[in-house]
Amino acid sequence: MKVLLSWLREFAPDIDGDPVDIGETLSALGLAVEEMTITGGGLDGIVLARVLDLSPHPDADKIQVVQVDAGDGEATQVCCGAFNMSVGDLIPFATIGTVMPNGMEIGQRKMRGVMSNGMCCAASEIGLGSDSDGIMILNGRASADQLGAPITEALGIESDVLWDLEVNANRPDAMSVAGVARDLAAGLGVPFAFPEFSVPESDTSRSVHDLTRIEILDPVLCGRFVGRVLEGINIGSSPAWMANRLTALGMRPINSVVDISNYVMLELGQPNHTYDLGKVPDGHLRIRRAHEGEKIVTLDEVERSLIASDGVIANGNDIAIGIAGVMGGASTEISDSTTDVLLEMAWWDPPSISRTVKRLNLPSEASGRFRRGADWGENIDRACDRFVQLAVANGVISAEGVVSGQLDIAGELPDRTPVRVRTRKVNGLLGTDLTASEMADHLTSIGFGAEMVDTDLDVTIPTWRWDTTTETDVAEEVARMHGYARIERTVPRGVQTGSLTGYQLDRRLVRETLVGAGCDETQPMPFLAPGDLSRAGLPEDGVTLTNPLVADESVLRTSLLPGQLKAIAYNESHRNPDVRFFEIDHVFLTPADGQLLPDEREHLAVALAGSDATAAVAVLELLSEVLALPNLQLRSATPPGLHPTRSAEVVVAGRVRGVVGEVAPDVAEAFGVSSRVGWIELDLGALLEGPHGNRKYRPVSKYPSSDVDLAFEVPETVPAAKVEGSIRRGGGKLLVDVRLFDVYRGEGMPDGVRSLTFRLRFQATDHTLTDAEVASARQACIDMVAKQQGVSLRA
Amino acid sequence: MIEQLQNAVAEAETRLTAVTDLDQLKALDSEFLGKKSLVSSLKKQLGGLDPEERKVAGRAINDSRRRIEEAVAEARSRLDAEALAKRYEAERLDLTEQLHRIERGHYHLVTQARDRLEDVFVGMGFHIAEGPEVESAWYNFEALNIPEWHPARGSFDTIFVDLGEPEEVMLRSHTSPVQIRTMENQEPPIYIVAPGRTFRTDTADATHLPAFNQIEGLVIDRGITMGDLAGTIDSFVHAFFGGDVKSRLRPSYFPFTEPSAEFDISRPDGSWLELGGCGMVHPNVLRNCGIDPDEWQGFAFGFGIDRLAVMRYQLDDIRELVNNDVRFLRQF
Repeated sequence: MKVLLSWLREFAPDIDGDPVDIGETLSALGLAVEEMTITGGGLDGIVLARVLDLSPHPDADKIQVVQVDAGDGEATQVCCGAFNMSVGDLIPFATIGTVMPNGMEIGQRKMRGVMSNGMCCAASEIGLGSDSDGIMILNGRASADQLGAPITEALGIESDVLWDLEVNANRPDAMSVAGVARDLAAGLGVPFAFPEFSVPESDTSRSVHDLTRIEILDPVLCGRFVGRVLEGINIGSSPAWMANRLTALGMRPINSVVDISNYVMLELGQPNHTYDLGKVPDGHLRIRRAHEGEKIVTLDEVERSLIASDGVIANGNDIAIGIAGVMGGASTEISDSTTDVLLEMAWWDPPSISRTVKRLNLPSEASGRFRRGADWGENIDRACDRFVQLAVANGVISAEGVVSGQLDIAGELPDRTPVRVRTRKVNGLLGTDLTASEMADHLTSIGFGAEMVDTDLDVTIPTWRWDTTTETDVAEEVARMHGYARIERTVPRGVQTGSLTGYQLDRRLVRETLVGAGCDETQPMPFLAPGDLSRAGLPEDGVTLTNPLVADESVLRTSLLPGQLKAIAYNESHRNPDVRFFEIDHVFLTPADGQLLPDEREHLAVALAGSDATAAVAVLELLSEVLALPNLQLRSATPPGLHPTRSAEVVVAGRVRGVVGEVAPDVAEAFGVSSRVGWIELDLGALLEGPHGNRKYRPVSKYPSSDVDLAFEVPETVPAAKVEGSIRRGGGKLLVDVRLFDVYRGEGMPDGVRSLTFRLRFQATDHTLTDAEVASARQACIDMVAKQQGVSLRA
Repeated sequence: MIEQLQNAVAEAETRLTAVTDLDQLKALDSEFLGKKSLVSSLKKQLGGLDPEERKVAGRAINDSRRRIEEAVAEARSRLDAEALAKRYEAERLDLTEQLHRIERGHYHLVTQARDRLEDVFVGMGFHIAEGPEVESAWYNFEALNIPEWHPARGSFDTIFVDLGEPEEVMLRSHTSPVQIRTMENQEPPIYIVAPGRTFRTDTADATHLPAFNQIEGLVIDRGITMGDLAGTIDSFVHAFFGGDVKSRLRPSYFPFTEPSAEFDISRPDGSWLELGGCGMVHPNVLRNCGIDPDEWQGFAFGFGIDRLAVMRYQLDDIRELVNNDVRFLRQF
């Protein structure tokens, strides 16, 4: 909502002060200033001047030499690039030293050898219009005896301030100049009053009741319908002052009738509608809900199909001629041939209007006010009077054209029984210590009624505050008028000790570990394009969006794989091929049976571009160590999207928690990734819900250990982990460590067989092992591997 | 004999000064101090001397032996020092000739901001709550006092999901649904913050993303006032932005709080920056979660996380946060 200072002052003449301070007051009242503009200002140094002489420039065709009288009776010489002036014309003239609105300073300077001592101004250069084609000619608008006077004085232009305010949905009152003035006047502590809008007395022989008949068939839809008839209208254009104000507030002047309609809406917040009475048979209107599928052509010449929750105004033949509060119909639109007009000023049920506006996607200045809840009280009568007054003043009708009487049909209006407001409750909510009388003062300053009842208040909420109905609503008004800044700052007394959950701590640990391992954390968008999942070799079963911004972002991911591959491809194409990425974020699986929402899980992905599956396993083992995962196993599998002979399922304590390995080369290629990509994707939520993190103290042995190396000839079909498992089982308690430290394939080894060398460390906690004990334990390991894996020592 | 010894000592000292390796030193050690050396053989002859002579001779022999031993030790230490110096020279490294950098990884900027926010709020006594990103109309709107017809619904620019009835399931347009889920599952008192991703139908540009991160705070306890809200925000602002940064509340409107406010923080030039929204939890919201508004009161607040990262590093394009370009990620 935009407001002009001069307009506000028509309701509260004492509003005064630094525009910035006024803006601060508006913000503190909840009317945040989005932009402030000083209009008609910044024109110091620009004076009224008269053209004395015009002569060609000796050395230039596109400029001429002009002599002007800038008020001192002397000729001042300037060079000017415009040729629309004649000798004797009155023009705006910028004297030397003037800073133009665009910041340019006017100085004395030579133009092609001729001295120029100022500047003749075009309207656009001084913010007095949009014309930039020539110098602004002011003959007839200014008087020659004011030569040398400041241009604003000569033209009677007042400097004004325009504020663009953010008005919240609970402030229908502030959708009007008068409403903002009411709030601001209260905030500044100055008086506020509506001017009298006088309507001419008219011939009482004919009444509006003879010419119209209004039926409200749905009293919920229409709480009040006020109307007047204006005869003999004459559509022209509006006076400049009105056109200027409409323009300033962001509305385009159209014609004298539409402009008054808009002016009254902006000024008083009451949207209104005019019907060509000649096109409404018998002046009969029926206000009702639409029939399902009912059709109407609206003012914008679009045929619209209605549903039973929409409100319509129908004519006596029950044909819809307007969508209530949303848009009028084409059939009764005012035109050049219109003579008589029915003016409608109604109050529509906000939820009804909201539903229709949303369904038809027809927001407008008018419906925006009805949706918030317009004023159903005397403001409607006032707006009606204002419309008529302006219509007469602007020559739309003669005084005789005002048909006597005003229609006023009632439906159901909101309940305004006083609300009991407990002083203690309000203070308890705000943290204030206000008396009932102080609260009452705050409330009455903005038009609320407040009656003391013992120490509490019975508050009558004004009709311009539809959204305000409860004790808490009233408390907010008290807080607003008291000033949020004056509420003493405290901290909750019952505050507890804060902490992260175990899951949140573990998740941080995972991040720390991966960052330490040289992985960069990424956060791709969670949206995928249709086909991304199948390109990644995954089932195309992502949940889809109803109204995606672009088709490329219309599917929710079921895996972090496509997003990571896109990120790798992006970096590869920017000559950064070997990135090491990780991501912890949500994936969205199809809802489980009977569930409305997707099965949403938090996954962890690690993507190692330029590395193979073993690098991924190394990272997995690091994570396993950090989280103390019990019994981590890699179970052979061919997970979708992954390299079928270089991937496995990650099994922790017997439960599959994810996959590890390498992205399938065709999948990588489909995303434009040319390198190998080592890959881990775990269901982090499930993993951390399962057993982990249990570490038990093992005393450190004081006795020496013995290291033994064993090289086995192992067929490729037997995993190293199996051999290691058998070694561990065979070694028993004395075996404190085993690790694979050499793998050999090639000369001396049969096809399909490799040599795996393990280093074993034997140690006891209570004595130094004898050679015999070590030998026996070593043999037990060899025997177990032979028995369980059918594998023997390398010859 | 004395002269003999003096000559031997002099010779030993001269020759030891000239030794260049441990083998020579060993040979000289044996030659001058070994069993066949002069000092050893003269010592064996001492028995044949009379006591007075023996005393003089013995002292001379011992004296000579000690001097030779000292010369040997000195030569040894000289050789050791030489060997060490030689090794040092051989091992000379150009420390700037660095091939193997230890590559660290990097936390995402949003994670950095989020973790820091979490830490500040944990320090203030809050727990961290989380919730799903796909929500039902109940959690995203209705329970938050935003009925189906409410104009505020339109202002959320919601992205809907093809599940359930039309407009029944959506990508959450704020983190506020976590308030409802927390109040449904936990008895007051409640002190939580809920960070997480939220969604709007905003076309991605330099200052907007359709998916972005917010953090939401909720306190429900007995006797919580708007003064507590203002004070809590002030404490947070001091802890997170610094002690000289001020905060202020301005009236605003949210369907789920009343009174509602925007909160601003002060900038060094004295102007104010709008940071987020807050207010006292609306009685209808408490009722929707089965909490008696006459017994319990509370406040809620929320603001953007991404913007904090953007502000901190003065990023000129917020899309960098989701591009995952390593040239960006590795800067922080």
